Amino acid sequence: MPGKLKVKIVAGRHLPVMDRASDLTDAFVEVKFGNTTFKTDVYLKSLNPQWNSEWFKFEVDDEDLQDEPLQITVLDHDTYSANDAIGKVYIDIDPLLYSEAATVISGWFPIYDTIHGIRGEINVVVKVDLFNDLNRFRQSSCGVKFFCTTSIPKCYRAVIIHGFVEELVVNEDPEYQWIDRIRTPRASNEARQRLISLMSGELQRKIGLKVLEMRGNAVVGYLQCFDLEGESGLVVRAIGTACTLDKLSSPAAFLPACNSPSKDMKEIPFNEDPNPNTHSSGPSTPLKNQTYSFSPSKSYSRQSSSSDTDLSLTPKTGMGSGSAGKEGGPFKALLRQQTQSALEQRGGSPHRFCRRREFPFFTLTAFPPGFLVHVGGVVSARSVKLLDRIHNPDEPETRDAWWAEIRQEIKSHAKALGCHAVVGYSESTSICEEVCILSASGTAAVLNPRFLQDGTVESCLEQRLEENLPAGCGFCHIPYDELNMPFPAHLTYCYNCRKQKVPDVLFTTIDLPIDATVIGKGCLIQARLCRLKKKAQAEANATAISNLLPFMEYEVHTQLMNKLKLKGMNALFGLRIQITVGENMLMGLASATGVYLAALPLPGGIQIAGKTPNDGSYEQHVSHMQKKINDTIAKNKELYEINPPEISEEIIGSPIPEPRQRSRLLRSQSESSDEVTELDLSHGKKDAFVLEIDDTDAMEDVHSLLTDVPPPSGFYSCNTEIMPGINNWTSEIQMFTSVRVIRLSSLNLTNQALNKNFNDLCENLLKSLYFKLRSMIPCCLCHVNFTVSLPEDELIQVTVTAVAITFDKNQALQTTKTQVEKSLQRASTDNEELLQFPLELCSDSLPSHPFPPAKAVTVEKASPMNEGNFRNRSAPPCANSTVGVVKMTPLSFIPGAKITKYLGIINMFFIRETTSLREEGGVSGFLHAFVAEVFAMVRAHVAALGGNAVVSYIMKQCVFMENPNKNQAQCLINVSGDAVVFVHESELEVVSSQPPTANCQSSCPGGDVTT
Amino acid sequence: MTNELDIFVGNTTLIDEDVYRLWLDGYSVNDAVALRVRSGILEQTGATAAVLQSDTMDHYRTFHMLERLLHAPPKLLHQLIFQIPPSRQALLIERYYAFDEAFVREVLGKKLSKGTKKDLDDISTKTGITLKSCRRQFDNFKRVFKVVEEMRGSLVDNIQQHFLLSDRLARDYAAIVFFANNRFETGKKKLQYLSFGDFAFCAELMIQNWTLGAVDSQVDDMDVDLDKEFLQDLKELKVLVADKDLLDLHKSLVCTALRGKLGVFSEMEANFKNLSRGLVNVAAKLTHNKDVRDLFVDLVEKFVEPCRSDHWPLNDVRLFLNQYSASVHSLDGFRHQALWDRYMGTLRGCLLRLYHD
Repeated sequence: MPGKLKVKIVAGRHLPVMDRASDLTDAFVEVKFGNTTFKTDVYLKSLNPQWNSEWFKFEVDDEDLQDEPLQITVLDHDTYSANDAIGKVYIDIDPLLYSEAATVISGWFPIYDTIHGIRGEINVVVKVDLFNDLNRFRQSSCGVKFFCTTSIPKCYRAVIIHGFVEELVVNEDPEYQWIDRIRTPRASNEARQRLISLMSGELQRKIGLKVLEMRGNAVVGYLQCFDLEGESGLVVRAIGTACTLDKLSSPAAFLPACNSPSKDMKEIPFNEDPNPNTHSSGPSTPLKNQTYSFSPSKSYSRQSSSSDTDLSLTPKTGMGSGSAGKEGGPFKALLRQQTQSALEQRGGSPHRFCRRREFPFFTLTAFPPGFLVHVGGVVSARSVKLLDRIHNPDEPETRDAWWAEIRQEIKSHAKALGCHAVVGYSESTSICEEVCILSASGTAAVLNPRFLQDGTVESCLEQRLEENLPAGCGFCHIPYDELNMPFPAHLTYCYNCRKQKVPDVLFTTIDLPIDATVIGKGCLIQARLCRLKKKAQAEANATAISNLLPFMEYEVHTQLMNKLKLKGMNALFGLRIQITVGENMLMGLASATGVYLAALPLPGGIQIAGKTPNDGSYEQHVSHMQKKINDTIAKNKELYEINPPEISEEIIGSPIPEPRQRSRLLRSQSESSDEVTELDLSHGKKDAFVLEIDDTDAMEDVHSLLTDVPPPSGFYSCNTEIMPGINNWTSEIQMFTSVRVIRLSSLNLTNQALNKNFNDLCENLLKSLYFKLRSMIPCCLCHVNFTVSLPEDELIQVTVTAVAITFDKNQALQTTKTQVEKSLQRASTDNEELLQFPLELCSDSLPSHPFPPAKAVTVEKASPMNEGNFRNRSAPPCANSTVGVVKMTPLSFIPGAKITKYLGIINMFFIRETTSLREEGGVSGFLHAFVAEVFAMVRAHVAALGGNAVVSYIMKQCVFMENPNKNQAQCLINVSGDAVVFVHESELEVVSSQPPTANCQSSCPGGDVTT
Repeated sequence: MTNELDIFVGNTTLIDEDVYRLWLDGYSVNDAVALRVRSGILEQTGATAAVLQSDTMDHYRTFHMLERLLHAPPKLLHQLIFQIPPSRQALLIERYYAFDEAFVREVLGKKLSKGTKKDLDDISTKTGITLKSCRRQFDNFKRVFKVVEEMRGSLVDNIQQHFLLSDRLARDYAAIVFFANNRFETGKKKLQYLSFGDFAFCAELMIQNWTLGAVDSQVDDMDVDLDKEFLQDLKELKVLVADKDLLDLHKSLVCTALRGKLGVFSEMEANFKNLSRGLVNVAAKLTHNKDVRDLFVDLVEKFVEPCRSDHWPLNDVRLFLNQYSASVHSLDGFRHQALWDRYMGTLRGCLLRLYHD
């Protein structure tokens, strides 16, 4: 019996009036865990009951502790009839199960009812006593830490990054069970909430077990999703990256890293080879035992059912210019051999790590310095499936097999790009009726193996070539062999080091590496696309979708490329392509952050060509458009401060820039870019981008290029963690969620009209955001995350979550310079870089505020004692305020502050339903209130854990359904993030110089700590 | 293409002060949008009317949800749904409870009942304040009144504690509650020249000196009801004008002291008995509720108007009132010195405030 859960119900406040006669409530509380229930006394006639209950004790297995939520129900006692439920609170006690996180959950929780929303608050204290259990065969995985953050959490150091973990569990959806016909909506909603809570607990426990098996102690980049498959069930699936983390908590933790007696920590095997295919000697021989079994036929064992879209089999979707990895047909065989041998030659490390892991995937998007060696490009795979009922929930084999298939495909795409790993990996689904599109994407990469294993093992592999490479461009160098490129692309010598080859554009799904040299600022780039589809059933529908998908991918890609060029930039980070399926259409939305990487060549312009050159007025029109485009590019270059240093070709002196390069601007080749038969995403044979505006479609394209308005002055936006070129953030942040639903007029919808509607929807939404947040100027919208869904035939729903951060305008001007200087410094003091490594880990996203080691250490030392103080400090001292401020942000850090402790993962699922939609202010009033309530519940849970912020916050799902005729609506929201304690940098010194005081609780202004 | 649903929710609730004002002023969303367009915001920000519409709707929804909490401001501080910085909370409350001068002058001293509420239509037409805004202001008055009406302790403190208003606004509400409770007439034509500030000033003096709370701070309703005993006693002052000798002596004392100091000395001398009779009679009449209500009418009729018609400068009024009150202490035959001071001290302050054009 490994654990004792103790719960105390202290008080309630602001309860609703349940007895109309007295205008009061006779409230009592049921506390349930597993199958055990306790009750408090009835507190008669009060809206602010003081129960002050005894400690309710549950003696439970730690397996249950992980799976089950604590369920607290507040009821109104009724002598003559059944007691009425006021509402519930679910508390995930997982954060109490590992030592470094929270020790107690204590605070005011909103009492939530799925029909009425929040109805008052309840004060609860929860503790767990864990007993050590040495049973080797245990089913629990207590102690494994989970982080939503997709980088190494700020106060930890990565000892080893083990790799990919995944799991999924399935169940029947209570909403679709027969019993749902006879029970109340409330009962059905609660059954669903409880089930999902249970399933995510179970999922987390199972993933934890896998991590323990790998000898890890944490999961970073944990992403859990629900697939509401309707009739066929409910799938909860999660992916993450298993790691062994060390807490940077005391000076001792710094020392071994700094003056390690063994060289392995410092002189880490850096398996960097400037020319992989010529390198056949070396340490690879003893490791040839071919566990990396790669048989093309096997990995492609796709029975190609009609519902299976196989993008790599569609004609030559080799995504453009190094941006994505879809191997082109003719290259295939050769390429595979090539990459395979390259991988073998690469020495033992990749292979070692592949032996352990079936899939060399990493859900991380930002990495410790030196981890990322090369980036190949985006790899993605989609598959269309027909859903059928899950017959045996304990054996979710079909779903597992589906994902395995997709992952296999991703893996082979990565190999085709000469990469042994995929980073920034994510998976998603889109479901409409019985059709489901599974998507996975990531960035093919070559990693430094030093993090992937115990550094002690293979120090002999040391081959330090890093000195030859200036930092800031290494990751741009192609990992594949230039003679056998997986797709046609221009290669040039790196504009930074002049030693290695780079592609002309680079697309990735990861964040911009901190040591990357960027010129100017970045900006959010979106490609938006709709395609009408005939309504169809089952197989026919799946086939139709499968057939449409490659065209959509192609067009999305073309749009992205055009927009990137229009911005005068040459690389995309954080690329996320979402394809959403609806009854009668498919929507594609790609978001990414465009930047100008100094290492890559200047992007070519966009040229317009018409096919009827003899028509004078037409020509005039074309040249007019051309001028407009050129003006826009020039304007954008100015706007985003892109002034790369002029380099004459002679100085480059490279063998590659052939005449082709020089004639870049002179040629105006008119080759159709819309020729679907060729489907060559790379536009490989062209220098400048040529857009032909012969048909109306293309005309639309050009117009839509020009209609994207840049954000108003003082605003920047990106979908990555931070904006390249801005690093002087102030501490003012505003996280928000905005939801819009438009109804399309159903009359004769054409693709063009649809595209325009969708485009307008997104643009207007952005405009609204800029307007609403205008008081924060100068500011940047970071981590802008768009999600599209098609809830009904004529409805398009777009949900945006992002954070607006203000920055200091005066300093902003210097950022570019400092960035460059920084990377120069880095390059020159290469050895020191390694010494600083643990420090950089904890401050890497705040490059403008590097911590002197001494300072950081004192803070860490003081933190365990002063926590209460820290928390209170974050809220401005105000005699009136009783509610501590909890910040929320989708980013992994808080500007101007230092995260001192991670308290555990927040993963919450809520359902809200109404049968009085009009009375609640219509759909907008209903959803507005619900989203506000969700925020409130997240904040309350964080505050109860002793935290003052949620980082890496994400709204993973917002499913909204309405039936205005019946005056009804329902909404499901799933959110997650990491609860943390942070301290403002300005307060660091004050706090650390203060002796730990015992009265830290008394200075607490609020009711969030109650004893 | 129409927006079916359009929401924006920030972790920190966004409050636009301008939109809040429009909402408080009772404008519909469309009117508010029109007014915002007229303010030139589109040109400043480069936004479109649709953006403005959506933004205004969002804010209105937020305010609508907040309104329930604003009815009991401490709830706004404790609630968890909207994260609002304390300074913003204070602003929300203060603005919500703020009122229009024109409106309060219409309602001041009236019973805060359903009957009055029905007259809001007329008030709205007369003042040009939207009916919605009138209702909010009226309901605020009534709500504050209901809560503090029967409460022990200082009126201002009670209001501040239960509604978290600034000191200034809490004092104004104290005046409103005091006037509503005592039903002072303020609407007569001859009182139109007086501002709410004038009345509030008088109310404060009266609360400090004439209520139960002035003598005993432990009784219910202490600051709301006038001290009945005191009012009864005021009859005793009548001797000052009824006794001819006393009246003459009083006059001569005042005249001696003020000779040469007053620009309007002769007018004062001529009018002394009338003025003194007026002031003392006002006191003597306060035993009747009806006359209490007419206090301000009487003061203006019996003192302010006569002085004003003789063009007394304010300073002369001050000198006269000071001397008039002080001289009573030298009247050997008069035994109610304390009572006189309690009465005249307050009245002097009130009269000086009421004396203007």
